[in-house]
Amino acid sequence: MSLMKNLIHGTNFDHTSLNALQKVTLRAVVMSFLFFGLVAIEGMIMKLVVTGPSNPLPSMFSHPEHYFSIMTVHPIVGIFGSTYQLVFAAFMFLVPFLTKKPLYSVKLANFVWIMITVGTALAWIAAFVWQYAPLYTLYWPLPADTEQFHVVGGIVFILGVALIMVGTFGFIYNIYATVFAKVGIHKDKTTKELLISGFGIDGMLNLVHKLTGKPPYSKEPALALPVVAIFRGTVDTFLDAIVILTAGVLVLVFLLADLGGLHWDVGAVDALLYKNYFWWGLDLVADGLVLIYVAGSWYLLATLITGQKLFMENVARAALMLELLVSWMVWSHHLLADQGQPEMMKLISGEMVTAFELLTQGLALFITLVTLWKARPLKMTMELKYLLGGLVGFGLAVPAAIIQADMGMNRILHNTQWIIMAHVHIALIVGLYMTLYSALYVLWPIVTNNTKMFSSKMSNIHFWLYLIGGIGMGAFGGMAGLDGMLRRHLYVNGEFNTLMILAAICGTMVLVAWLIFLLNIVMSVGIKGLIGIFLPAQDKTASYGIEPETIAENHK
Amino acid sequence: MTFTNSLELLAFHETAYTIYAAMIISVVAWFGYNLSRENAKSVFRIPFYTYMAFLVAGGVGHHIFTYNAIPWVSEDMTRHDIKPDATYTFEIAKHKWVGLPKKITIQCNQTIEFNVKSHDLVYGFGLFRQDGTLVTQMQVNPGTDVNGILDSNDMLWTFNHNGVFDMTSTEYSGPAQYSEDGKDLMLVKNFVEVVGCDKGDAK
Repeated sequence: MSLMKNLIHGTNFDHTSLNALQKVTLRAVVMSFLFFGLVAIEGMIMKLVVTGPSNPLPSMFSHPEHYFSIMTVHPIVGIFGSTYQLVFAAFMFLVPFLTKKPLYSVKLANFVWIMITVGTALAWIAAFVWQYAPLYTLYWPLPADTEQFHVVGGIVFILGVALIMVGTFGFIYNIYATVFAKVGIHKDKTTKELLISGFGIDGMLNLVHKLTGKPPYSKEPALALPVVAIFRGTVDTFLDAIVILTAGVLVLVFLLADLGGLHWDVGAVDALLYKNYFWWGLDLVADGLVLIYVAGSWYLLATLITGQKLFMENVARAALMLELLVSWMVWSHHLLADQGQPEMMKLISGEMVTAFELLTQGLALFITLVTLWKARPLKMTMELKYLLGGLVGFGLAVPAAIIQADMGMNRILHNTQWIIMAHVHIALIVGLYMTLYSALYVLWPIVTNNTKMFSSKMSNIHFWLYLIGGIGMGAFGGMAGLDGMLRRHLYVNGEFNTLMILAAICGTMVLVAWLIFLLNIVMSVGIKGLIGIFLPAQDKTASYGIEPETIAENHK
Repeated sequence: MTFTNSLELLAFHETAYTIYAAMIISVVAWFGYNLSRENAKSVFRIPFYTYMAFLVAGGVGHHIFTYNAIPWVSEDMTRHDIKPDATYTFEIAKHKWVGLPKKITIQCNQTIEFNVKSHDLVYGFGLFRQDGTLVTQMQVNPGTDVNGILDSNDMLWTFNHNGVFDMTSTEYSGPAQYSEDGKDLMLVKNFVEVVGCDKGDAK
């Protein structure tokens, strides 16, 4: 009876007490975790297919059209539908929270999650109904190949991605409009001061002043360090959205021409040049957006959990600036197997500048660990556990990528499962998501007005299943890559059977962990509360008054 | 230390990365354990700039190491100045290999140039051992020059182990690469055979 009561009413969650900012944040979080479930199921389907003919799935999943349709939408749903939603929701809540200013527009925040949800759904429908499957790489001219794909499917897919990018622009506008709003603590700040702080230039000048024996350039920077990371990462988010949108327009123009009976020569667009442009933009998601956002999130979590100032804050500010520049110059590591790519670009952009990511991410890891260490003893809360899990994830994933970003290694690892499993999946599932889970546990009481989590046991089971499953899946998949298993290839005869079965077992752990997490959340907020999140807020307030410092008290 | 084929390099790499992975997981686990303990003492101090220097050395040193230990790196960078022992040129159109010799037989230690051209989509070119492990690969981009001649995608490879290798496209080019039941239609079994070496090329 009590369980049924929890299922319907939750613990002590009252959606009517939530203000507009809290509600819009929770809406995006709900959608994000629903998409996470979808992406986990897709991943499991693909894993099961490659275990061989004895897999329990209906044979249609092994058909190439169907299999590659799933492979096409898997990253769209995962990266945009789930990760973007969660990150955007967290940041549209955190920027007002940290700057103590209202969010520029709650309406725009609602627009963002709706656009991303509808866009992701459209892209998914294009793959499901028309089996449009050019993969997320969209290597030219495959997305415009109407001999293999239905033109309507392509148009729906591109429209879906375009809506996601429109939503992304909405997020960017909301963040910058909030940061630059001259209200509250920024009432007397100039745009120049906010810009200098946003780019971390004040941190760099502080370092220079310290080295030259001058007094600090700025004792109290205008923006808190996590806001600087959000500001900086959002620059990459913007550039990335421009690239994806323009690539989408190119594909759309060719598809519309085809629909109109015109068969334009796809050879008019140079495939290698397109690859350079596309990877420059797409890599900003991975090497710019993710690494910068993650570094900022670690700094925020470390300071919130410990209640202390960040260790070497000026260095961290300056490093975020360096990371931005690095992220613009590393795309050639995706083109090390392209023989037409100039050798000098492979060497400088592909190898040397890319190696700097080891430095910037290693620096973030070091600063976070030292900040935590200096504040010990700390209570081992869920947020601290997840933060450590996130650090492990990137500690494993970044060197895995640096290893492949080498002309020698790339020749025998390019396009194998190594990079997608040992790097991408561990970075996203373990590194990024565990960091986001940590943020979720930190923000949970603030966003839900101190709603009690239904079960701490379930939280712990989720943590361990997710951590072991995530690392295990990446590791076994990575080993398959070392054994020659390609990442964008269909294997139906169980060629890498043993490793794929082990990876599938670990993938199942991730899926089960997600179900347990979801159940824990539903039992905490109740089905009524879940529905209530999507009802209009009575309190239209767009900011939240709790001081960040109070969170640290819970960890002592 | 020099690696003569991908198997040796991958075995080294697998061992090194496994040790590293165990180390980083252990360090964070140890760290987490001590974070919550009363009176936990630092076992050792890592000076900040030493750590930074280690990361720089690791990032740059890795490339210096591979340049010196993996023969195909310098060979690839200077391939236009190297005269190969033989050149094989073939094309791909609509997921089919065009102008493909039935089989290529290579003598031990011969340096071969593979020049693959695509008429339509982005493909890949990869050689695989019988156990599925990758010997070498490259991307095959479509395109033509100003005279309408198909662009080259060329690579050199020196074979110094006996073996029989299959060939297929290593880049996804749409579902048309496969039959309805998932068979890879671009797979050419036993395409390359290397003979005359003392050692075989297998795991």
